[in-house]
Amino acid sequence: MSIVKGSNSPTDSTLIRVESLVKHFPVRIGAFAETKATVQALNGISFDIKKGETLGLVGESGCGKSTAGQTILQLHRPTSGRVYYQGTDLTQLKEKQLRPLRTKLQVIFQDPYSTLNPRMTIGTAISEPLQFHNLVPKNKRGERVAELLKIVGLNPAFATRYPHEFSGGQRQRICIARALACEPDFIVCDEPISALDVSIQAQIINLLQDLQEEFGLTYLFIAHDLAVVRHISHRVAVMYLGEMVEMAGKETLFEKPLHPYTQALLSAVPEPNPREERGRQRIVLTGDVPSPINPPSGCRFHPRCPLATETCFKMEPTWNEIEPGHWVACHEVTSPDVDVQSVLANRQHRIDYKEKLKAW
Amino acid sequence: MTPLLNVKNLQTRFKSRQGYIYAVNDVSFHVLEGETLGVVGESGCGKSVTMLSLLKLLPPAARIEGGQAIFNGKNLLEMKTKQIRQVRGAQIGMIFQDPMSSLNPVVKIGVQMSEPLRAHLKMSKSQAWERSAQLLDMVGIPEAEARLHDYPHQLSGGMRQRVMIAMSLACKPKILIADEPTTALDVTIQAQIVDLVRDLRDELNTTIIWITHDLSLIAGFVDRVMVMYAGYIVEEAPVDDLYDDPRHPYTVGLFGALPEIGSTGQRRLTTIKGAPPNLESTPTCCPFVPRCGYATDKCHTTNPVLQPAPDAADPNHRLACWVDIRERRQA
Repeated sequence: MSIVKGSNSPTDSTLIRVESLVKHFPVRIGAFAETKATVQALNGISFDIKKGETLGLVGESGCGKSTAGQTILQLHRPTSGRVYYQGTDLTQLKEKQLRPLRTKLQVIFQDPYSTLNPRMTIGTAISEPLQFHNLVPKNKRGERVAELLKIVGLNPAFATRYPHEFSGGQRQRICIARALACEPDFIVCDEPISALDVSIQAQIINLLQDLQEEFGLTYLFIAHDLAVVRHISHRVAVMYLGEMVEMAGKETLFEKPLHPYTQALLSAVPEPNPREERGRQRIVLTGDVPSPINPPSGCRFHPRCPLATETCFKMEPTWNEIEPGHWVACHEVTSPDVDVQSVLANRQHRIDYKEKLKAW
Repeated sequence: MTPLLNVKNLQTRFKSRQGYIYAVNDVSFHVLEGETLGVVGESGCGKSVTMLSLLKLLPPAARIEGGQAIFNGKNLLEMKTKQIRQVRGAQIGMIFQDPMSSLNPVVKIGVQMSEPLRAHLKMSKSQAWERSAQLLDMVGIPEAEARLHDYPHQLSGGMRQRVMIAMSLACKPKILIADEPTTALDVTIQAQIVDLVRDLRDELNTTIIWITHDLSLIAGFVDRVMVMYAGYIVEEAPVDDLYDDPRHPYTVGLFGALPEIGSTGQRRLTTIKGAPPNLESTPTCCPFVPRCGYATDKCHTTNPVLQPAPDAADPNHRLACWVDIRERRQA
């Protein structure tokens, strides 16, 4: 089988290129699992990640951001679409051909409690990938493990201990050391800090930034915490129900968000400033995120969108680059000059609790 | 103004195989009528256990070792089970963190909601059902009447939390304790729930105690904030004063560790070194000493008590720290 090269050859600086990636999961629903259905977890997402860059991927739970990370790494085989790593199409490779590339593509998961084998010392856990890929001869592995532990800020003597002896933050450091063992180029960080305490989160964020500088790593940083994503990313992509709604450089996305969903998402994030918070007008979305089993027609955001028109109900919006580097999928927002804020202010519809309360 | 709830020297400990876990140590605080109090701290700092102690909802391994909690002229901690049942739900309501596990999965929403109404307000079945529908409507659930016949699994996380809020407000309690009610929810749903609780408070004049680990979340709607660490209150102040002028090294550390969405992100996050303590003994020194960058000799020998912070803009700013960190905080 030949290795398929990228269709429109990516520039040298592109490390990962994702083209209309689709992942559907067949499921059975109903009390007796009698109905077949499809969860449309990813519905055609496309983006590039440059070498040494951090792309932040944000969205609410169930929007497919973790599926995106795992499908890029071929932990899930995609339903359709392409993933290029340095020009090589990973989706066309067999597991055996993929294996050497796996050393370069690593992942850090959310929960450091369930991703370490409780009956394996952390030294063994970290050296397992070295052994599996035969990267370091047996007599040198201990040295390499000690070196890795030092890199992530742990005492090398910890190698003989078991995971239960460590706190959440330390375990996450161990998981990072394991991911670094094979000297990867690209790491998918799948909510690496959301299970940790606030004071520990900052330690892990700083560590990830230091490692990126030292080893020239490229991250896909998946998170639901927008403040953290703004802190660590160079570019940010926003997902909603399996689709990308907006992608831009960090400054542009946070200073001048264009998609109504991005605006609502940003306006929902509280800030540690009592005076500003009290006077703040939020765009509060009504309703919940619909199910990816039966997503809304047309634009998937239309039932909750304050801008929605008839077109949004009928037609899926296209993924447009409306100014250099700024991508948006929306029928209403077609140029960077659309003042969504004022449109929103006029069309704001909110449930009026106050009257109901008075009646009660 | 006499406080609605006045807690003095509350101590709660858990029995474990190794000995005791000192979860709540000498905690004293009060809440005024109509006030909203925020309680901030990391997991395991005793913030939930403090509130559970007040309602005597502790697990069997835990015991209240001392202190008192005066509510309506009576000490909650000395009440018999039968008496405290008259308080729970009726006068002090509680919303828990996880709406998935706090509703009974095999009982219809309407039946669960009717329960407190029938028990406390002695309503008939049909009256309670009708009131439940009104309550669901009030918290913004569409087609409330139909939802009463649903089971919890048919509702989304945000909807379930709305049901919990409606239930806790059913008997118009004087105090509502919200124990991280939005932690399990997404940001857009979190904003909905915060707005809802804020509107309900303004309308019903309910006193609220909001427990959280998120300093940003509560900034906009609380009057006072209490910061807990290792089972102690380390700082307490009116909200503006605390955010403008945090005095305890731990509070300062928490603010430093927050990435701000409004900033450019070039700033390196300041971290609090080390990890939270395990609480297996009551310390003779300040519990924060092992992680504190400002510690002096005195901090190693004596545990500071909560007292008014020196030269604070607000006289109600209280602090448990020996060191005045104001000058060094700037640097």
